[in-house]
Amino acid sequence: MTERTAISNRSVGWMGLQRGHKARPLEWLVEKGILLVSMSAMVMVFLIFIFVAREALPIVFGQMNSAAVQQVIPVADMDKLAPAQLRAYLGLTAAQFAAMDQETKKTLMEMKVEDAKESSTDKDAAVNTTSWRYLLLPYQWTGYSEPKLIWQPVSQIQKYNIVPLLIGSLKATVVALLFSVPLALGAAIYVSQLTSPRKREWLKPAIELLAGIPSVVLGFFALIVMATVLQKVFGYQSRLNAFVAGIALGLAIIPVVFTIAEDALTSVPRSYTQAALALGSSKWQSAWKIVLPAAIPGVFAAVVLGFGRAIGETMIVLMASGNASIVSWNIFDSTRTMTTTIAAELAETVFGGQHYRILFLLGALLFVVTFVSNMAAELVINRLKQRLEGKR
Amino acid sequence: MNAKNSRSIEAARFDFTSFFFTGLTGLATFLVIATLGVILLNVIVNGWEGLSWHFVFGGMEKEDIFDVNHAGVLPMIIGTSARVILMSIFVIPVGVITAIYLTEYAQANSVFTRVIRGAVNNLAGVPSIVFGLFGLGFFINFVGQHADSLLHPHNPEPIWGKPAILWASMTLAVMTLPVVIIATEESLRAIPQGLREASLALGATKLETILRIVVPQAMPGIMTGGILAVSRAAGEVAPILFTGAAYYMADLPHSLHDQFMDLGYHVFILSTQSPNIDKTKPILYATVVVLLLLTFALNIVAILIRSRMRKKLRAL
Repeated sequence: MTERTAISNRSVGWMGLQRGHKARPLEWLVEKGILLVSMSAMVMVFLIFIFVAREALPIVFGQMNSAAVQQVIPVADMDKLAPAQLRAYLGLTAAQFAAMDQETKKTLMEMKVEDAKESSTDKDAAVNTTSWRYLLLPYQWTGYSEPKLIWQPVSQIQKYNIVPLLIGSLKATVVALLFSVPLALGAAIYVSQLTSPRKREWLKPAIELLAGIPSVVLGFFALIVMATVLQKVFGYQSRLNAFVAGIALGLAIIPVVFTIAEDALTSVPRSYTQAALALGSSKWQSAWKIVLPAAIPGVFAAVVLGFGRAIGETMIVLMASGNASIVSWNIFDSTRTMTTTIAAELAETVFGGQHYRILFLLGALLFVVTFVSNMAAELVINRLKQRLEGKR
Repeated sequence: MNAKNSRSIEAARFDFTSFFFTGLTGLATFLVIATLGVILLNVIVNGWEGLSWHFVFGGMEKEDIFDVNHAGVLPMIIGTSARVILMSIFVIPVGVITAIYLTEYAQANSVFTRVIRGAVNNLAGVPSIVFGLFGLGFFINFVGQHADSLLHPHNPEPIWGKPAILWASMTLAVMTLPVVIIATEESLRAIPQGLREASLALGATKLETILRIVVPQAMPGIMTGGILAVSRAAGEVAPILFTGAAYYMADLPHSLHDQFMDLGYHVFILSTQSPNIDKTKPILYATVVVLLLLTFALNIVAILIRSRMRKKLRAL
């Protein structure tokens, strides 16, 4: 890279002016323009991190309150409250508050106590359901016989427990990986090691064509065709479930896993294979015992990237999973994932409200999960490439 | 490696395990391609009868989008094309210029460049629904609402602070930015350093070298990146769910702040919200065929350009 730095040092100088060179203000302007455009593109990239997090932060720090009913203060405690607190509690403006005497205020407080007695027989109305305790832990809601994890954002008392959604995402993703990884890896080994170069030339683009199918089309296919066929074969009860969604998701991630694994296998130096073949091993033996172990980090990275892609996929799951937020580890139950919850519910939320912010929290969570898995995969691939190139 | 030799070695020592596993991996390959074939065949066979001149080039005459006899997808084709063209106008120049900066100007191994490259690569893996959230949170609720309060302070109805084709395109542009940057960077790096040096040695300035020598050579790669971005964006639905796609519109979008109908979103509506799925199946399948034709045509063009570019590079 030394030549490149030498070249880039040439254009240094105010307005491109350098001793012995013609002044080129236009070029200087264009180069500054390039810098400006690329910097703004990079700012955009970081804005995504900031904006998704910004909308979710009030939930993370517990600054939202969804409690329908305030805490009731007994009349006897009235003197302990500061005037400002009392005013806020009674919900009066400053002018109204100043105009009232002590007696009126006392009556108002008594009325509040009466109101509270009449209106809220439901103890849950006073609960702030957006705090972390209610987002993650089971809670015994009124009318339920045991503590439960419930996602029910549109009801009298909004229940925002995200655990059912996490389980849903995990279920669909695991099914997708179990289905697609063996197929994709088998195909990658076959295409990169076992088949003839001529066949390879059309097999590879054919598999990669699968990546060109929009996810909404895969979702449609899962919903209209696969759901019916799979139900006939396996005979489960609900037509749309995590299993159907997982299989369709698997179709979406096969090209991802295949491309990266194939790349890693191909990047193993040819001399490895040649040495193995010269020693009398078969093509399969050299692929399984020599090439695959050398490329195993790349294969791992392929699976991790497939995971990231599967957990973030929206349309397929939205159409094929049935969308019921049930806590169940049975893959044949209808399921709701994080992505589909965002897709299905965001349009109906109030801008800046609790529901809106919790959906952004889910988005931020997805962001973090995919970000970490991408980082890990990229790190592994870079190391592998360096190692293999160093040994060549 | 000589294929004939290796075959004779296999013939010399027949190993059942090898034979079995070669067959198994071959079967996996076959299954993947067969699935692709089944999907395409199913869609084409079922969609063919629904396709007609009137369906592809006809508009919506009635408000009922599930009416089989009067269905037409022209408004959706126009909506999807419009959002994709708008997106290309934003993303291709910005992405190409950023890639030029990263490969030609930035210090190749500085911390700054590595952070940017890592961020761009990671952006490529971020779920599309998160881009939808970003589009809503940033473009509509931040940029749009601020634009409204600045431009039309007395207008109670939001003009920019609501879903619109402009915001949908911008969201898609941000989503496809890494595709364009990565493809362009790759093709720029494939240009031999010697070409740049020869140009500089003849007295050309750095910018002249980039514009007259490097970029024209890298053009096929840049075009492939652009087409891949477009084909990915054409089929995406999740990012436009809340940034601009409309369930039904009587009119085509007239300005940047109108909503639009979209092919992919239409497929979603037809397959999930139809009152009678058996009756509307023909138009659903036909819509899917149109969508697939659109994205596949783009993909195949990209593949052709790429293979021509490879031949050209080999000749260099």
